[in-house]
Amino acid sequence: MTADTLAASGSGRRGVNYARLLRTALPAISLAIILIGIAYLNPRAISYFGFNLMLNLAIPITLATIAQMFVITINELDLSIGNFVGFVGCVTATWLHDAPLIGISVLVLSVVIYAALGALIHIRNLPSIVVTLGMSFVWQGLAILILPKPGGAAPDWLQSFMGFQPPYVPFPILAAIVIALVMHFGLMRSSYGAVLRGAGGNGQAINRAGWSLLKTKIVMFGLAGVFGVISGMALIGITTSGDANIGNGYTLLSIAGVILGGGEFVGGRVSPIGAVIGSLTLALAASPLLTFMHVPPDWDVGANGIILIVVLAARALTGRKAD
Amino acid sequence: MPVAAKNIIELDGVERHFGAVRALDGVNFAVRRGECIGLVGHNGAGKSTLMHILAGTGIADRGSVTVNGELQATYSVQRAQRLGIRCVFQELSLCPNLSVAENTRISHVSLRGIGWAKRAASLITKRLDEIFPGHGIEAGDIIGDLPIGKRQMVEVARAFTLTDDPLQLVILDEPTSSLDAHAAGQLLSFVRRSVAEGMSCILISHLLGEILDTSDRIVVMRDGKVVADGASSQFDRERLIETMGGAEARDATAAIAETPVSENAPVMVSARPAVQQGGTELLAREGEIVGLAGLAGHGQTRLLIDVFRASTRRQAGVSVAAPVALVAGDRQTDGVFPLWSIADNIGIRSLKGLRRGLFIAAEREKELAHSWQKRIGIRTPDMDNNILSLSGGNQQKALFARALGSDARIVLMDDPMRGVDVATKLEVYDLIRAEARAGRTFLWYTTETEELSNCDRVYVFRNGRIVAALDRSELTEERVIQSSFEEAAP
Amino acid sequence: MPYLRQLMSKAWIWSYIGALIVWLAAIGYTHGYGAGAMVTNALSLAVFMVIVGIGQMFVVTLGPGNVDLSLPANIGLASAVAMKIMEGNDSMIAVGLIAALVSGTVIGIANYALIRVLRIPPIIATLSSSFIILSVDISYGRGLQIKPPDSFANFTNIQFLGIPILAIGGAILAVGAGLALQRMVYGRSVLAIGQNERAAWLAGISVERVRFLTYALSGTLGGIDGALLAGYFRGASVDIGDEYLLSSIAVVVIGGTSVAGGKANVPGIWGAALFLVLLQIMLNTFGVSPGLRLLLTGVIIVGVITVAGGQPATR
Repeated sequence: MTADTLAASGSGRRGVNYARLLRTALPAISLAIILIGIAYLNPRAISYFGFNLMLNLAIPITLATIAQMFVITINELDLSIGNFVGFVGCVTATWLHDAPLIGISVLVLSVVIYAALGALIHIRNLPSIVVTLGMSFVWQGLAILILPKPGGAAPDWLQSFMGFQPPYVPFPILAAIVIALVMHFGLMRSSYGAVLRGAGGNGQAINRAGWSLLKTKIVMFGLAGVFGVISGMALIGITTSGDANIGNGYTLLSIAGVILGGGEFVGGRVSPIGAVIGSLTLALAASPLLTFMHVPPDWDVGANGIILIVVLAARALTGRKAD
Repeated sequence: MPVAAKNIIELDGVERHFGAVRALDGVNFAVRRGECIGLVGHNGAGKSTLMHILAGTGIADRGSVTVNGELQATYSVQRAQRLGIRCVFQELSLCPNLSVAENTRISHVSLRGIGWAKRAASLITKRLDEIFPGHGIEAGDIIGDLPIGKRQMVEVARAFTLTDDPLQLVILDEPTSSLDAHAAGQLLSFVRRSVAEGMSCILISHLLGEILDTSDRIVVMRDGKVVADGASSQFDRERLIETMGGAEARDATAAIAETPVSENAPVMVSARPAVQQGGTELLAREGEIVGLAGLAGHGQTRLLIDVFRASTRRQAGVSVAAPVALVAGDRQTDGVFPLWSIADNIGIRSLKGLRRGLFIAAEREKELAHSWQKRIGIRTPDMDNNILSLSGGNQQKALFARALGSDARIVLMDDPMRGVDVATKLEVYDLIRAEARAGRTFLWYTTETEELSNCDRVYVFRNGRIVAALDRSELTEERVIQSSFEEAAP
Repeated sequence: MPYLRQLMSKAWIWSYIGALIVWLAAIGYTHGYGAGAMVTNALSLAVFMVIVGIGQMFVVTLGPGNVDLSLPANIGLASAVAMKIMEGNDSMIAVGLIAALVSGTVIGIANYALIRVLRIPPIIATLSSSFIILSVDISYGRGLQIKPPDSFANFTNIQFLGIPILAIGGAILAVGAGLALQRMVYGRSVLAIGQNERAAWLAGISVERVRFLTYALSGTLGGIDGALLAGYFRGASVDIGDEYLLSSIAVVVIGGTSVAGGKANVPGIWGAALFLVLLQIMLNTFGVSPGLRLLLTGVIIVGVITVAGGQPATR
């Protein structure tokens, strides 16, 4: 064996844990900084009403980020999630409203397609970047076919659900907490979740231990599809009408959210709670913060880029030694 | 009934080929209940391949596998697990992103439902306490954060955990190579205890002392065949080395009376390990072959990499006087470009010199490849074939050709003879000595103490430091092994 | 016959066959009308894909995880820079081109800095920089639609016997790229790094220098593309490069370059670009609606990659 036993120069158990703690806390720290910034610039935004308004569109983004997280866990990438959300939105605003049974079957079918893609990628050993790239065209095309122009209407039950105003805690925050907790327990604390994450860490070992890698890919892509559907439905519940291009920015936002939340592209290292926090950070920084800072609208997009870079640079400073 | 219960597993006439290579050339092998078998042989003798067949991770091309008296038509890892046969390989099969407890869960399907984490944790901790008392590992530690010694401990302990499946046979492939002497001793005494309780074990190790002390029976392999099989009391170190095929090597090198390199020859490499206290450093003069020894993973590769780095930038404590090339030992991760031809793999270090103007000259590339094919004896019909078409030994020769065919005057070798057959080794030793006589300097890290007889001087490593510097005259296997454990000596 | 078999065994031939099939389907529909114009049109449009495709090819070949997602923003900014500097003056054409090129190179170097210094994965690094470049472009190219100088615009539209001059330039570029890949130390180094980065380092290759050159090259080619696009379409715009994000990756992969790195194919880029462009032309000719066009394009891309299969696991 040519690996060196004691190459872990100097960092004892305590040192490693401290760095790890800082890394895990990084997403929360970023969010806190942004919140402090907002509070400073516009104190009235820190209120029930303010949060509701600012984080309105955060829920669909968070759900799409979770979908992306599943895919990234097994060392793949989904470049089609944004267009998929748009497609689901169009289905929701038309069929789900007019002919619910057809709408539901279409949505179920699309989840099945997502799962099937996972199987295809595994069996043919395809690069997920290219497959999902092609699928992004497919979903976008389907969306345009269903709704060539923005329109349609969200089903009433969906609208009222998304418009729910719980006491004390704004709905978006409540939803975010619920999503984070459920995902955390599902992926990080369950016994099968360990297998799923293990597949991303060392697929060969998982295979040798007798688990089916094919099944894990199907499950993860299927879950991505499920959360893509929920995301699209939630989005329409908020905007109340559909638009084929509504989800276009979600692909990149979802990737950014997972990485901001401490996830890594390879190795099966992801954090559901981090991903939720990351998506909230991006949602807040994307518009509200910049508006309050009087950043010219030209720089809305650019600011997202800068935030990503700053957070990732901070992570690099607290990060594990690059080998 | 008595016959069926006697042998846990039997291999009959098993053969395994990798292209032109006969990794296993007709092997009969049986494991009885309650015995510890020591399996020895040089790198490339077929030990690992045999273990893969036993554990179900490799399928024999010919021959049969019988477990508990039942012939196995479709043998696999899952089947082996269920029948109670487990293996701890040299490549760790742990998931670095998961914790110790989670990795335990991976091996056991039944660890699920509420409270699985606690059960998994207590299962692995119990075993760790039993095998390696005082280990200091927590069930919640992430594998990626643990040093390799602790990872090895987890891997071993995991193999011994019990849930639903029985545990009849555990195969340990060089288990002590990443453990320090203390942990190694703990493991071996645990093996003896378990064997006394009726479990069986196969132990593969380069440390012949371990094998002689721990096993009931010893099997020696050479070039894909079993060449000796008997009670361990029948063997001693000399007989083992002889049977393994070391004798010729010994004779061959002993016959050459090497004139030692002059004290006035220029120093090509001076290197001090980062954690070295005191002034001890490694020195290599022009034309010398300097060996690095000691237990695997004790800083030898680290020093070689430091020397390699020093050729392109400033490196504290290290200085080199000429271009440096490295011959990798772990071909897959450090050496081979799997999509390229043999010729391309050889030429990659020398590209700048093969240019005519802006472009690489095709004829000069071809010439380089062909001259080295002849010189080092690469067996292939066409140097433009993909490199993976070569046997392991020939692939290693190609890596040697890459380094030796370049302008490097200093050649570092990172345990390059792993998985290489004896015949190839002898050819390459000759070449190395010839190159050294012509003025090249070699730093040679090897895990086969045999090979150190080629060296002018050997530095023994322990815990990242040089603990001994042995000249050719003082060089015996005993002294090297003794120095390897120097800290633990009473 | 053996010559034909040798030709067929080359991976990149399939993209050309695909392009041929699509072209035949299109002119079949029009009963031969406009066949020549279709080819000319396709060649013109394909060039822009080829230019950035080559840059993307080198980046992707560096190994898994390497991709340049900043190309669309890069192209958009370069088009604005070129037009603003040229300001409709013939005398400023060269300066404008150089400025666009420099803008692209700077972006490439900035990408590399993010990857190397801040240790940000290339996907996110190029993504973040694309956000920033986009904002720079929006504020820099404020509204004004500047037309290119006439001679520049005309130049980009010149044709020899139906072959656009840009296509000839693109072919020369491809030949150069092919030579660089196979016959230059740089190209060999990229291929080595993509197959096994550690082995490449241990074999004496200066991995970081090669990576730097590659990202800078991709950026530079993006800059050139932006300037040429502005000339060809007679105006700059922020989203002029949007379609090249997906198509730069698609032509690379469909053309036979491995996304896992270490294997690259230059002729295939031209074939795949022609295939994709002719596919669009064919669907247009059939009068297919935009939605259906997107759907079919996607299905075909997925289909092609499925049939081609992926690289078998090396372990």
